[in-house]
Amino acid sequence: MLGRHWRLAALAAAIVLGAGVLDAGLAPTRADTTVKIGIINSYSGFVAQAADEMQKGIDLYVKEHTKDLPAGVKIEIIKRDDTSNPEVGKRIAQELITRDHVQLLAGVILSPVAAAVAPLTAEAKVPFVLTNAAGVSIPRLSPYVVRTSFTLWQQCAPIGKWAAEQGWKTAFTGATDFIAGHDAEGGFTKGFTDGGGKIVGKVNFPVQNPDFVPFVQRIKDAKPDVAFLWVPAQTQATAMMKAVRDIGLREAGIAITSAQDLLPDEELQNMGDVIEGLITAGNYSTAAKRPANDAFLAAWNKEYGGKTIPDFFSVDGWDGMAAIFDLVIAKKGQFTPEEAMDFLSHWKNPNSPRGPISIDPETRDIVQNIYIRKVEKVDGTLANVEIATIPNVKDPWKELNPAK
Amino acid sequence: MTVKDLDRARSDRNGAIEAFARRHRFRPLEAVPWVAALAAAFVFPGYLPLGAQILATILFVMSADLVVGYAGIVTLGHAAFFGTGAYTAGILAAHGWGEPLSGLVAAAAVSALIGFLSGLVILRTTGLALLMQTLVVAAMLLETANKASSITGGDDGLQGVDVWPIFGVFHFDMFGRVAYGYCLGVLLVGWLVTRQIVHSPFGRSLTGMRENVRRMHAIGAPVFRRRLVVYTISAALAGVSGGLIAQTTQFVGLTSLSLERSGNALIMLTIGGVGRLYGAFIGVPLYMIAQDQFAEIEPVYWYFWIGLLMVAVVMFARGGIIGLVERFRR
Amino acid sequence: MHAVTEAAISIGFHGLAFAMVLYLISVGLSVTMGLMGLVNLAHAVFAMLGGYVLTALMNRWGVPYAVSLAGAAAAAALASVPLERLLYRRLYGGEELDQVLLTMGIIFMSVAGVTYVWGPLNQPVYLPHWLDGQIDFGFRHFPTYRSFLILCGAVLVTLLWLALERTRFGAQIRAAVDNLRMAQSIGINTSRLFTLTFALGSGLAGLGGALGADFLPISPSYALSNLVYFIIVVAVGGLGSIRGPFVAALLIGIADTGFKYLLPELGAFFIYALTMALLLWRPHGLFGRA
Repeated sequence: MLGRHWRLAALAAAIVLGAGVLDAGLAPTRADTTVKIGIINSYSGFVAQAADEMQKGIDLYVKEHTKDLPAGVKIEIIKRDDTSNPEVGKRIAQELITRDHVQLLAGVILSPVAAAVAPLTAEAKVPFVLTNAAGVSIPRLSPYVVRTSFTLWQQCAPIGKWAAEQGWKTAFTGATDFIAGHDAEGGFTKGFTDGGGKIVGKVNFPVQNPDFVPFVQRIKDAKPDVAFLWVPAQTQATAMMKAVRDIGLREAGIAITSAQDLLPDEELQNMGDVIEGLITAGNYSTAAKRPANDAFLAAWNKEYGGKTIPDFFSVDGWDGMAAIFDLVIAKKGQFTPEEAMDFLSHWKNPNSPRGPISIDPETRDIVQNIYIRKVEKVDGTLANVEIATIPNVKDPWKELNPAK
Repeated sequence: MTVKDLDRARSDRNGAIEAFARRHRFRPLEAVPWVAALAAAFVFPGYLPLGAQILATILFVMSADLVVGYAGIVTLGHAAFFGTGAYTAGILAAHGWGEPLSGLVAAAAVSALIGFLSGLVILRTTGLALLMQTLVVAAMLLETANKASSITGGDDGLQGVDVWPIFGVFHFDMFGRVAYGYCLGVLLVGWLVTRQIVHSPFGRSLTGMRENVRRMHAIGAPVFRRRLVVYTISAALAGVSGGLIAQTTQFVGLTSLSLERSGNALIMLTIGGVGRLYGAFIGVPLYMIAQDQFAEIEPVYWYFWIGLLMVAVVMFARGGIIGLVERFRR
Repeated sequence: MHAVTEAAISIGFHGLAFAMVLYLISVGLSVTMGLMGLVNLAHAVFAMLGGYVLTALMNRWGVPYAVSLAGAAAAAALASVPLERLLYRRLYGGEELDQVLLTMGIIFMSVAGVTYVWGPLNQPVYLPHWLDGQIDFGFRHFPTYRSFLILCGAVLVTLLWLALERTRFGAQIRAAVDNLRMAQSIGINTSRLFTLTFALGSGLAGLGGALGADFLPISPSYALSNLVYFIIVVAVGGLGSIRGPFVAALLIGIADTGFKYLLPELGAFFIYALTMALLLWRPHGLFGRA
């Protein structure tokens, strides 16, 4: 039929087809806006257990609140393992930014990893929602870091002050030898000495130290009134309390105190009765009584079948995702890095499982209630019961050391 | 014997002498890795940071080959020199002197010193005793770096490494372009040096020491001195590779001195082929690219297959890939 | 003065407990390295296996502690047999690099294997109640568990020495270590001797790993993280002896504990320096032979 005009016909068909495709391409898509988020967590390595708690909190929030996203907006999460190693963490952050083109970074358990990643976020202008690492100066390393967890001074300075108020005159501090441990003992020392106490000795444990017995023995031999013992939470904490029990530190009349890391909620049963009566400061306890926590625990147990107990890692991850989701919902998935940082720096959540929290726009760090908790038996099981509240605590270290 | 026989014998002999004299001249095949490296930069622009690390690691593994493959000194502590170089370059940059090339020179110098001193002590022995001592030296350096945390950053790693642009012009960016070119250039120099050593009479005597030490003593070769020299040079090269990594990633961690790093170097070298100069060029990219692609998915399987590969290589394919190729050609 | 003796007793006690575990794990390595000329970097894998078997038996199946210890030792010994017969056998007296690579490969595979079965985290060790707390020795209290370790260690060491000095099997081992060819020519079945010795060494390592599980935590990275310590004990003690590693383990155990107690800022550095110094003086170890 077309005969020798087949070439012309083909050209026409091609033009029509091409126009159609172009039209579809140029039309404003009601197709999805996807916000890519890179989560850096320590799925392997010595803090893997803490990482698991945090990931569960993150995943739970995403599951519960994906329905709240506006139409056409999706969230894509890319998880990478830093193997509890700052070198690897830095490399995967670089890859997430340059290869996967993420718009936001989130996560990170270890302070050294966060410190290694922070400069990259400044160079690439990628907002970084820090959901655990508690080294005090990390938000200062980059204007694109905002933290939803806690700082070690926020917890250790109040407990130091509280310890001095108990009438204890001398203290011996023991903390793990890395950024977080140094900050912990620094905060406690400041609070304790400001309250009139004296630090009679200090010891640092190697980072992956398995055996605390020689160190605890040394503390016992030094006979202070109180021992401040800080280790990264989870199995190290249990090992520490075992050493305390075996050496008989409490029986020797030495009191023990710390931040919440020493008595993480899900390890309490493993530690045994030696911990009853111990007092720590923290930002979240599973035994806390408030409606937001009840709802959170109900959702948690439904999803994870009562096999795991959430702790502060989980709630800090949960709140971090809450901040990100609030950002995505408010901006309908389209935002520049500066807009994101502006939003996140002014973010508040009056209804977190841990009580009211907000971000301090000046420091981009978290402001929250700090609770003094005591280990008591509740219905036969050991729990951190909140006995006092210090409201709306800003990070004391930054107040004492203003940015230049 | 006829005149023809004599002529043939003479030409055979001349041919052999010719071949022997020519063996260290550059062959066209030797340009392949460099062309491939340049091409890779254009084909995979998103992978330049990984590429830069691969290039620096090739230098490291090549230096290990000098010691293990050519001199026959089996060491599980080569990371000691890598880490020393990394920390030297990193500490310099973190404390105000961020010029990259002089940083590499410093890294080489300090690593060479450590290599020389440790070699003086441990190269007196051989075999199992030597192997164990290499482990101890590396462990000692690791512990030093760990404890001197005010200088090295300890477990937190060395933060604040600020490297100046090369020649004041080429600034190290996040996407790794400058890093790639920098590592490629340094690797080229390192390769030329290594190649020169291997093809020299000195290099030949190393092979002699590896194969039959008693004989070398018997012909009066200064065995200890030569081993010490090659150990020191190898340490310097390893130090340069460590400095490269420190400068391009702007971070130094304790893993740069770890047993894993020394072990991985041996593994990569074995995959490529020990004692054949190019083993590093084949083994390192294969291993690191595979690790980049597969290890993230399921680290458990990665470890298993690498372990199995090692056992298989020892049992069946001792010469690595180059060895297999050689066998194939015959 | 009182404080100094307190400290000394604390260090001595804890160091001794640590030394016992180190010895139990390392003695097998020393004997096999001296007997078979094989650098078995994967030796610590058997200690790790012992630890995993112990925790699995106790945590999963509620097997009592003492039985689990025996089970750990047996499992490690049994697992060593196929490894020795199939793989190691081919490398006796062979190239060092081959041995290093092979044993590294085995370590990697074992890391993968235990991670696959038990996951990447440390295995929790729940000691029985009778090992909790402290014992009153009159002049001081000591943790019960550590005291138990010292007792166990002493008993095992004595048995081991008796076995080596007083039994025919022991005599065969000593003969083969001294002069393998001669031992073969007088009719000792060295092939079977190797397998049995390897199994014994691995079984002891398994027991050591299980006993020490409380302070050398059982995790997939066990074999790599602790390798240097065991190598040091063997290097300082000397290959092929069972007395050497004991002295070395005592030295290392007490020195390590002492430094942790008195000078934690220096850590294990002095252990390594001490090792290098000892090896400079005696390159083949304190009790080794050239």
